[in-house]
Amino acid sequence: MNALLLDRIHFAFTVTYHYLFPQLTMGLALLMVVMKLIALRTGNDRWNQASRFWAKIFAINFLLGVVTGIPMEFQFGTNWSEFARRTGGVIGQPLAMEGVFAFFLESTFLGLFLFGEKRLSKLAHFGAAFMVFIGSWISGFFIIVTDAWMQHPVAYHLLPNNTYEVSSFWHFMLNPWAWLQYAHNMCGAVVTASFVVAATGAFYLLEKSHEEFGRLFLKIGVIAGLISCIVQIFPTGDFHGRYVAKYQPAAIAGMEGLFRTQKGAPVVLIGQPNENTQTIDNPVPINDVLSFLIYGTTSAEVKGLNEFPPDQRPEPLPLLYYSYHIMAGLGTWFLLLMLVAAVLLWRGKLYSARWVLWPILLSFPLPYIANTAGWMTAEIGRQPWLVYGLIRTSEGYSTHVSAGNTLFTLLGFLGMYSVLSILWIVVVYRFIRTGPAAAAVAIPTEAEHATLTTV
Amino acid sequence: MGFVWFWIVAVMIAAYVVLDGFDLGVGILSPFLARVEDERRTLIRSIGPVWDGNEVWLLAGGGTLYFAFPLLYASSFSGFYLPLMIVLWLLIMRGVSIELRMHIDHNVWRSFFDGLFFVASALLAIFFGAALANVIRGVPLGTDSYFFLPLWTNWRVGPQPGILDWYTVIGGVVALVSLATHGALWLVLKAPGELENRARRAASALWVALLLVTLISLPATIAVRPSALDNYEAHKILYLIPALVVATLVGILSFTRQRKPLAAFLSSCLYLVFMLVGAAVGLYPTLLPSSTDPARDITIATAITGSHSLHVGLIWWSFGLLLALAYIITSYRLFRGKVTAEAGYGH
Repeated sequence: MNALLLDRIHFAFTVTYHYLFPQLTMGLALLMVVMKLIALRTGNDRWNQASRFWAKIFAINFLLGVVTGIPMEFQFGTNWSEFARRTGGVIGQPLAMEGVFAFFLESTFLGLFLFGEKRLSKLAHFGAAFMVFIGSWISGFFIIVTDAWMQHPVAYHLLPNNTYEVSSFWHFMLNPWAWLQYAHNMCGAVVTASFVVAATGAFYLLEKSHEEFGRLFLKIGVIAGLISCIVQIFPTGDFHGRYVAKYQPAAIAGMEGLFRTQKGAPVVLIGQPNENTQTIDNPVPINDVLSFLIYGTTSAEVKGLNEFPPDQRPEPLPLLYYSYHIMAGLGTWFLLLMLVAAVLLWRGKLYSARWVLWPILLSFPLPYIANTAGWMTAEIGRQPWLVYGLIRTSEGYSTHVSAGNTLFTLLGFLGMYSVLSILWIVVVYRFIRTGPAAAAVAIPTEAEHATLTTV
Repeated sequence: MGFVWFWIVAVMIAAYVVLDGFDLGVGILSPFLARVEDERRTLIRSIGPVWDGNEVWLLAGGGTLYFAFPLLYASSFSGFYLPLMIVLWLLIMRGVSIELRMHIDHNVWRSFFDGLFFVASALLAIFFGAALANVIRGVPLGTDSYFFLPLWTNWRVGPQPGILDWYTVIGGVVALVSLATHGALWLVLKAPGELENRARRAASALWVALLLVTLISLPATIAVRPSALDNYEAHKILYLIPALVVATLVGILSFTRQRKPLAAFLSSCLYLVFMLVGAAVGLYPTLLPSSTDPARDITIATAITGSHSLHVGLIWWSFGLLLALAYIITSYRLFRGKVTAEAGYGH
């Protein structure tokens, strides 16, 4: 294995693992704000208990998001130093801003939200929850701006020492790619959180414990799930896809497995791309749909991979194809499931419909897979570029860090993250077992309340 | 612009050392000061609501360094590859141990995380000290401004050193002792009863060690990098900085004796700041010296990013820092005063 490949796996593994946590916390932050808002408006304390219960799960996921997130910022320098040197003047900016504007805000208000419920008024505590939500969504924005510049560089110029700098701060921040990607990504985070909340509700109803909370969780999970699943496909997914088609035609061809340019190009539902024969094995195509999705007309010509020289085609191609198909396939499943669940909820039959509760429970890991697959689609689709059209991936890595050292730290991360996964399962399982009713015990205790008020 | 951003980054690093320093120090002292479960909990509670925010300074400072001096970031982060990865693992272990220990009420579970908390805190302090010493000593920069250091070679300060040699080990010890002292003074301020007394005794004992390692580190630094004195010789008034280091050392001891814990803790904060400022003055305008050829030094001029970015950056940075200070002051005010052993949100 060469250093370049190991550096790619190193980053892909650590960022994939990291993003398991923020996708839940960003979505959950929004749902907790909604729960607190309902509690504030209706005075129903059950919603407060529900938000306290989710705050505990939020806290552990937030922590794991923080500790696995620190290596991400470091890795630009450690494993991708040439990329860091040449682009620091551009993407160093949003990364520094994330620290200054999002992390300070998040860490402070999370402390107030978790430790300060008795100390603060109801409205102020709602405010703390709201600020945690804002902080985590700002943080997500700066990361997406960073990635969007790598996908679709705008507002830059080249300095004499072969490095890049921002030529217009506002054009850089208002990169259309960033806003489309941000909408699609944050909606995906809400999908994950909705499924986790709904699945916990389904679990409680199926095991016939904490049923009152089970119903609350299902209700908010299914409603938020239905909205986010629709918005995920249209408009955010659709608009983002068209933008990719316009600026990264090779990526679209790879995602769809379109080896040859075609009029009335199909969408292939099932089939394995075969790079030797340049065809799809046992394909199940629906003709004209791809042309329609991109250009709005069934007869439009879509460029195939044959239009691009081999050194400009995304690789590894099969992984790109599968990532995209897994994302799109799961997205369809989510929408169907949530539609059925929402209809039953509306008719008042959901809480006893075991044939829907079971699929909801079993589907909770799927949004994690779909979000991961979506990111893999975006990042493999960008290949062979690190910054699209400007810097190749093969030019960006740290050449003076040997493959042996990279493998050493990759193995270290694999081991450490395996342990973290086990700890996560143990702790979250215990939270869910204990149930939300225990969260009725006021978060900080009387004695701590005394501490808070002592000068 | 280079001057301004050099000091912005320096201030952020100093803020990180002062703030995360005390919670690292609490970790270093934890097995020696806390003897029963209640005391261990009090110890963790004293840093519970703030440690995460303290660590943000590392991220924000790292991000700012990346933005303002991309070449320095690229060269040093890849050259110090191994110790940085170890630091990342330690930060993960430490964060996890603080948060998870309280989630399961079982003595083996808690003891495991207590041990992890201590080991990770102590090693982090040593690594941070050694890292700073590496920057002062210099590294074998190539013509392309890159380098790679193994963890150790022959433990000598030569043209091809390792991360650890006799000088950087001294740096690690200085950090370990100074952050332990810093943590002890924080606990005098925050911990109640017997824990406070124990922390005070620890602070007095550590003070002797701190005086000793500080006095060793100054001549060692001049021996390793004689040019560190150039700026001081050019502007004699800068010799005030080492004088202030000594003054803060005296302050730590006398305020501790007078039972003025806040003043003692602030003296310790200033001690750390003046030590770092002293080092920064010794380096300026070099950012990362070469151990082989001064012509290869990474300086402000060679590493700084384009001026448009820097001007825009100054606007959002000032604005963002004011916001951050407002949050931090709010948070420390809310959680001021002595802590107790009572649990936080985890129970």
